[in-house]
Amino acid sequence: MNHGRWKLYTFLGLGFAFLYIPVLLLIVYSFNESRLVTVWSGFSTKWYAELMQNQQLLDAAWLSVRIAATNACFAVVLGTLAANALVRHGKFRGRTGFQLLLTAPLVMPEVITGLSLLLLFVTMEKTIGWPDGRGFTTITIAHITFSMAYVAVVVRSRLSQMDRSLEEAAMDLGARPLRVYMSITLPLIAPALLSGWLLAFTLSLDDLVISTFVAGPGSTTLPMVVYSSVRMGVSPQINALASIVVLIVSVAVIVAGLSMRQRPATKSSA
Amino acid sequence: MLLKKTHLRDRHLSRVLNIGTPYLWLGLFFLLPFAIVLHISMAETALAQPPYTSLMNWVGDGVLQIRLNLQNFVSVFTDELYLAALLNSLWIALVCTIACLLIGYPMAYAIATSPERQRVILLMLIILPFWTSFLIRVYAWIGILKPNGLLNNFLMWLGLIHEPLTILHTQTAIYIGVVYSYLPFMILPLFANLTRLDFSLLEAAADLGCRPFKAFLKVTLPLSLPGIVAGSMLVFIPVVGEFVIPDLLGGPDSLMIGKQLWTEFFGNKDWPLAAALAICLLGLLVVPFVLMQRLESRIGGDEL
Repeated sequence: MNHGRWKLYTFLGLGFAFLYIPVLLLIVYSFNESRLVTVWSGFSTKWYAELMQNQQLLDAAWLSVRIAATNACFAVVLGTLAANALVRHGKFRGRTGFQLLLTAPLVMPEVITGLSLLLLFVTMEKTIGWPDGRGFTTITIAHITFSMAYVAVVVRSRLSQMDRSLEEAAMDLGARPLRVYMSITLPLIAPALLSGWLLAFTLSLDDLVISTFVAGPGSTTLPMVVYSSVRMGVSPQINALASIVVLIVSVAVIVAGLSMRQRPATKSSA
Repeated sequence: MLLKKTHLRDRHLSRVLNIGTPYLWLGLFFLLPFAIVLHISMAETALAQPPYTSLMNWVGDGVLQIRLNLQNFVSVFTDELYLAALLNSLWIALVCTIACLLIGYPMAYAIATSPERQRVILLMLIILPFWTSFLIRVYAWIGILKPNGLLNNFLMWLGLIHEPLTILHTQTAIYIGVVYSYLPFMILPLFANLTRLDFSLLEAAADLGCRPFKAFLKVTLPLSLPGIVAGSMLVFIPVVGEFVIPDLLGGPDSLMIGKQLWTEFFGNKDWPLAAALAICLLGLLVVPFVLMQRLESRIGGDEL
């Protein structure tokens, strides 16, 4: 290994330190006994115990999990359909517009998406009477709209790397396209569907801005509770909660990563 | 013959389903709302539920009166507060995009040129924070940057400073928070681009006597331009409208348009003005977005 390589790796190490130290500190100080989060005074798990007693927070977490799971299921279906359209239907009319619509939610500032969806829901309620009030349904719809784009990105890359020969063989043997898709394509892209689902789930669980716009009274999600508590300053309970979230997400990423690595019958190993 | 006919029908059905359903969803829940935002940006505030006036009114005798109020747009462009917020948002996004590029490029390059076995793990380490809660990652910096926080304690323990530095609730804290949160968005497209780079070109340059740094400038950098543009847009566009970071880390002097929009909407309940701000912000972001989109359709769009 030459000199330049070492410099590059040192830089990479520093970059990872920058990305990881804040979160590691957060986890370490969640076990701090003192209420002053940044002054170490001894090991304790009492903040975790207090967290489990915080009913408001637990209710919000349960609502968030329900929204995230519903969102992830819908987003996987819609995102996969969109990926099919882009990979399998080639240059259809309106493809540019389709792609534009699909990528825009990925980069759109959240305040714009949130505000515009809220105004849509308000207008719809006024004109057709649905959705009746705001809460679970409106938050879920809003989350599906931006999650499906992420799912489409994940599924699309898997779909375009897939080896088509099995599908072709099935077609030659007379299987109808839907049957081929269900019994050959779907199992082959299943890892991408799983990581898409997990990604949609965590994105939804994490969303603050869009949810705040489209939520109604009585539908407080977990990030909203965290946000209002964080505005008051650092709190050891939030540190404890953050550590649990980091743990869950790490497990999810490792599961998704492992499932993406086992790719039977694909032509590329990159 | 019969078989072929059913296949054609299936193909047609698949087209309608695959293209139509996402199109319909996004049209209804993403495109249509913008028309409504534009509509409401020309309304006036009212003490009603929802708090704005209707643009159209039947005034009897079959006369439909349409009243378009452009005052909101006038105030966005004449009120110094909004103008300063807009300019400062663009400035912060620009500075942070450049900072992310300077930090992210060497990192993406190191990962892309590492041995294949390590590469998977290194890439996973980049993706992991991207999945971890955004709010929590921003929150982590409050404890680090505040006057009696971990950074100040550490620096004072080292004896480098004798009085705590004021970093939290300043523009510096926003820069740190944004670069930290958006760095993975820069690294991922750069990595995707750099792994496809043909490194035999660099060997050829070296064989012909080109110095490594010059070879980098002449070969690697131009070839990775699509990755640079994609990464920069993924950082720049959302940061212009960022709300959480300026709200939690920024101070009263660090105005950003996303936060201003939030305040108008939730604080002052001025929905039409918030809508006008959203329209202006959207107009500002159209150019970089179209740039990104054109690039993406040229290179196939696997960059994220």
